[in-house]
Amino acid sequence: MKIDKELIEHIASLARLKLTEKEIEKFLPQLKEILNAFSKLDEVNTDNTQPSFHPVELKNMMREDRIKPSLTQEQALSNSKENKDNYFKGPMAI
Amino acid sequence: MDINKIIEECKKINDEYHYFNTIDEGLNSKSSNCYESSIRKTPKKQGDGKLNNIAISVKDCICVKGLESRAGSKILEKYKPVFDATVIEKVKQQGAIIIGKTAQDAFGFGSFSTNVGKDMKIPLNPFDKERACGGSSGGSAGITQKASFRHITLSESTGGSIVCPASFCGVIGLCPTYGRVSRYGLMDYANSLDKIGPMARSMDDIALIMEIISGYDEKESTTLNEEVPKYSDFLKKDIKGMKIGIIKEAFGKGIDKEVKEKVEQGIKKLEQLGAKTEFISLPLTQKYGVETYYLLAMCEASTNLAKYCGMRYGAAEKLEGSFNEYFSKVRSDYFNDESKRRIIIGTFARMAGYRDAYYIKAAKVRTKIIEEYKKAFAKFDLLLSPTMPFVAPKFKDIEKLTPLQNYMADILTVGPNLAGLPHISIPAGFNKDKMPIGLMLIADHLKEEKLIQAGSKL
Repeated sequence: MKIDKELIEHIASLARLKLTEKEIEKFLPQLKEILNAFSKLDEVNTDNTQPSFHPVELKNMMREDRIKPSLTQEQALSNSKENKDNYFKGPMAI
Repeated sequence: MDINKIIEECKKINDEYHYFNTIDEGLNSKSSNCYESSIRKTPKKQGDGKLNNIAISVKDCICVKGLESRAGSKILEKYKPVFDATVIEKVKQQGAIIIGKTAQDAFGFGSFSTNVGKDMKIPLNPFDKERACGGSSGGSAGITQKASFRHITLSESTGGSIVCPASFCGVIGLCPTYGRVSRYGLMDYANSLDKIGPMARSMDDIALIMEIISGYDEKESTTLNEEVPKYSDFLKKDIKGMKIGIIKEAFGKGIDKEVKEKVEQGIKKLEQLGAKTEFISLPLTQKYGVETYYLLAMCEASTNLAKYCGMRYGAAEKLEGSFNEYFSKVRSDYFNDESKRRIIIGTFARMAGYRDAYYIKAAKVRTKIIEEYKKAFAKFDLLLSPTMPFVAPKFKDIEKLTPLQNYMADILTVGPNLAGLPHISIPAGFNKDKMPIGLMLIADHLKEEKLIQAGSKL
């Protein structure tokens, strides 16, 4: 697996990050070192092993759907800088 | 102690050591949301609460109503939650006073609290200002050591963020079983690994607050619906016949000599009180724990950080350009380096074509690590090792480390975190430079009482 500038830029764009030339220069060797270390896991035999997505066994927890008091619209919007007519305002979609 | 004096003392300590991101200075005026909600929920009869008038500081990533909560990051600057995390609601109901939000690596991404958000201050070790507090709950541990008043802190661990700073600052830190304490209102780092837990100077206070914050929460589907023991009953209980496994690998290569000596003294003490000790080997955890932990943590973190985009709350800029342009601009401007690194690696390791080789592979190794611990607990009540391989390092030495070398510092703490096992760091003395050393005990799932039982004897 070749980890180069193009790949880093591609991944960054998927994650909505725009890296500067200086950042790429700094991150590239660091990311290579980290991913190389991760490859060490290939040594472990995991045939017939199920992945663990939690450390303890969890059952699906269901409860009755009930109507309860929730945040007011004013509270929900209280941390946003841009809002209009009780909606959050975001950047242009198209 | 008078609350005014407590706040004054916190401000004074903060000027010098940077343990708080926010101190609730309005605590005495009724205009403070925090105080209002705190008095409203205090039991009707004054003096009834189990935490009445006890000062509690809270890691910045745990939501406190009306108090700026930014997870140590720049992108969440000025965010004031409109609700309390479950743990906050519970301690307020018992009469506790929330004094402020403690400094941390942004989003919990670090082992030394040096990865703070852009323009934020790094907390300094209470014993030597040229050294780190440990991370990621550095401010929590620092103020716990420095406060002259009775104080408990609520912090959080993903891969060692409670016990590491507790060890470096010479206080007690307990990280509970995954699911023992509700995470509702915690700003997630990695959902399958995050745990909220306390630090304090006395084991009595640890037992006391664990009885209050533990238990099932309807708002949090991963909390365990299991009875909460009366932890304080275990403070005085003897340890005769208790079986303790000494983790062999944790006393070998890379472990500081003085750390080893002090922890061995602790083992002797437990033996004198009747505990039976024996060496145990955890080869898989030792060899692959760090890589497994970081891979999974980064994958989960990269999804959790997707929501921070300059809308709804936190940092915002002038609404210009398309969705993608705007989000990319805000995220690139406000995230620090470590957050960017983890987002990039986590995104890569979940990408089509690489997911099986990285993310799923690590999740499978995690299963094997959990099995390794479970096998050990079939034989032992507790496992024991140093908390960290060395004492708090100097900032000038931390600067020289590459990110990977930085991660390797967590070699002793990632194991119990990956397996969701409760663990505790207990002060075990000081080295020649008068820096504190921590001893770590690990118990099986939901056996926190054994940590308190044995830990209170050290």
